[in-house]
Amino acid sequence: MKLRLIRRDSASRIAMFTAPVLALVLTCLASLILFAALGKDAGAALHALLLKPFLSWYSFSEVLLKMAPLLLIAQGLAIGFRANVFNIGAEGQFIVGALCASALPVYYPDGDFPMMLPAMIAFGALGGTVYALIAAALRTRFGASEILVTLMLALIAVQILNYLLLGPWKDPRGFNFPQTVMFPDNAMLPILFDGTRTNISLLFALLASVFAYLMMQHHFRGYQLRTAGLAPRAALYAGFSAPRMVWLGLGLGGLAAGIAGASEVAGPLGQLQRSVTSGYGYAAIIVAYVGGLNPLGIIASSFLISVIYIGGDSATVSAGLPVAAVEVFQGLLLFFYLLTFTLIRFRIEFDRKVPA
Amino acid sequence: MSQPALLRLSKVSKRYGTVQANHDIDLEVHSGSIHAVLGENGAGKSTLMKLIYGVEQPDSGHIYWNGQEVHLARPSDAQALGIGMVFQHFSLFETLSVVQNVSLMIPGKPAELAQQIADLGDQFGLSVDPHAMVHRLSVGERQRVEIIRCLLLNPKLLILDEPTSVLPPQSVRRLFETLRKLQAEGMAILFISHKLDEIRELCDTASVLRGGEVTGRVDPREHDARSLAQLMIGREMPNVAHAAPRPPGEERLRLNALSHPRASRFGTTLEGIDLKLRSGEIVGIAGISGNGQQELAALISGETRAQEPGMIEIMGKKVGHLGPMARRKLGFAFVPEERLGRGAVPEMSLADNSLLTAHSRNMLSRGFIRRSVERAFTRECIEAFDVRTPGPDAEAGAMSGGNLQKFILGREIMLNPDVMLVSQPTWGVDIGAATAIRRRLLEMRDQGCAILVISEEMDELFEMCSKLHVLHKGHLSPALDAADTTPQEIGRYMIGAAT
Repeated sequence: MKLRLIRRDSASRIAMFTAPVLALVLTCLASLILFAALGKDAGAALHALLLKPFLSWYSFSEVLLKMAPLLLIAQGLAIGFRANVFNIGAEGQFIVGALCASALPVYYPDGDFPMMLPAMIAFGALGGTVYALIAAALRTRFGASEILVTLMLALIAVQILNYLLLGPWKDPRGFNFPQTVMFPDNAMLPILFDGTRTNISLLFALLASVFAYLMMQHHFRGYQLRTAGLAPRAALYAGFSAPRMVWLGLGLGGLAAGIAGASEVAGPLGQLQRSVTSGYGYAAIIVAYVGGLNPLGIIASSFLISVIYIGGDSATVSAGLPVAAVEVFQGLLLFFYLLTFTLIRFRIEFDRKVPA
Repeated sequence: MSQPALLRLSKVSKRYGTVQANHDIDLEVHSGSIHAVLGENGAGKSTLMKLIYGVEQPDSGHIYWNGQEVHLARPSDAQALGIGMVFQHFSLFETLSVVQNVSLMIPGKPAELAQQIADLGDQFGLSVDPHAMVHRLSVGERQRVEIIRCLLLNPKLLILDEPTSVLPPQSVRRLFETLRKLQAEGMAILFISHKLDEIRELCDTASVLRGGEVTGRVDPREHDARSLAQLMIGREMPNVAHAAPRPPGEERLRLNALSHPRASRFGTTLEGIDLKLRSGEIVGIAGISGNGQQELAALISGETRAQEPGMIEIMGKKVGHLGPMARRKLGFAFVPEERLGRGAVPEMSLADNSLLTAHSRNMLSRGFIRRSVERAFTRECIEAFDVRTPGPDAEAGAMSGGNLQKFILGREIMLNPDVMLVSQPTWGVDIGAATAIRRRLLEMRDQGCAILVISEEMDELFEMCSKLHVLHKGHLSPALDAADTTPQEIGRYMIGAAT
């Protein structure tokens, strides 16, 4: 008996919904075995990973807090990914966005700057965009791979952050910790739900989702980006400008990451500190792909990954799971997702051979 | 006949998914015979050859060699029996010499192999320099290398898949002489083709395939091309008699000493190409592909920008520096030779593929896609051009080559172009669809469109065009009046014997 993949006439709608569910089930099964092999209580670990985040309002609000930057960055990245523009360094654009936004409260610590918060968001957006466009310029001018350039720029961004925190921007009264002053109140994002840390950056992310949905599914610009990704020679034939796709794909990714970075310092952190490099920029790549690069799918996947983040935190505490195991869980999820994703375009046929 | 057939197939069947590619095929090939396998694209010829050469295995049925049943699990099994095959698309490494290519498959010292190659060349009229680099060889010479490589394995049966489709007429003559010499030596030859005249001239037996089944076994010398065609397509050949063109009108496309350096080592440099195309005429560019056809088409469409604006004029405007979209706005349309991935996006629906070039047809409102207009356009195209598909939502990648070509041609025609470039319009398209496509182009001409056709099919060009050029090694011949020239003259230009 042989297994064959047969291309479907058109993408299966049922598979589009069942593929993520199947991936989740397979991930759970595989991690049950893994956790058991580690000698941990596998049931408790899964309970902590997947259920605990829903069991209290506070932990659920923490899920929403995590979800905001992941969703925002992933929507921006997915636009580029669909045009085969691979911005791998959103982490760098996120950091630069945070840096640029922090400049205002650092130099005006008393908050005597008009429109402080909107200006910070604008600075962050601009910083992230410009940082990403460096890669666009190098790609369109010299053909340098944006994968490598964005990734290396992310490493540079971390060093700029270190320099500022250890040098000029260090809080003089901060006991020599590498962090800036605490931001004034008018530099902080309003809280969305009282008693939680969830702020209005979640609304930014949802707004970005609506924008991405309209553009990618219903606007000609999105159609051009999709064509460039699926069939570059067809885009050339139709006359869609390839450099413009690169500028647009990287620019929008950087814009989203920059706003997310600004929201992070103006939100849960309340200052610029080293922990701003929390890996959102890299995790958002997974979020974008698990969501099938589809704006609606990304809303679901960013929620799921946030649940696993918060659940992972509690699993390391309550079930004694090592941090690495939580990361393996995320990796397994992506792995199984890509596996099941094939079923959307292909169906499996069992080929029974007549015995010779 | 007392002697068993060299090769006999009995009730051989093969299916791929839902497609029955071969059904209960019976076939007998005898030594010293040139046996034609005749059929349209998609009739199952290639599948049958893959079964005989061991590339694929039949689902049911039996294969006998000299009366003994055999199972061919892989091509080397077939080669061990004495079956050699020359594929339609050559499998030679361009950066190696002839003898190096041969030694990849045949054991032996290079010097001895070179001698053998030269000897075989003398014996069968397959002359080729053993030490020449393959990328310098003409198509005919490359084919000779492929045949020599097969002959070195001492085959008893030689399979040739559409061997003449890539050759100029002069080389076809030469190939036939070689095949007759091989036949005289007692070799059996399976000759796959859809060209009826060639089969009548060369072959002593013909098996006709249609829809995966053998629909006839005839002596082609006793049938005229018309009755063979009827066996092949299952109905009367459509009558191709076209109204004579009216005198052409104003000039719509002009190439002025168009030159362009090649983009890669294996590309072709175009040099000093002059061409004029006027309203209401079809001009053809003949030649074997790989002589600059792709480069020229990309320059005219705008996918490649010309070095100077004035080298290309569309509707009297200098457009060499403009991109494809700007040229379309002037009334230009283009049907490229690759359908999947260039003329259409395989993963997108037909409706979304309409948008690719027809977006200017009221399909956008402030940049947002108007799905109803897009679908209506697509449905109209499907109906008007007889595209066989479930509907506008079917994905382009799931369609057959001929159907997709009808869709792309239909989409471009529905743009009402003033100038149209059509590249290899009937490559891989069955006869029915090819006839429909040519009729459409002639209708366009009669409505005043200026059409430039690039094609390898000489019959097609003579059927449609009033003027012909030949592209050879990046040079374009002067315009030849189709009524005054002959395939032989065109052939001389194709191999560079005339300039």
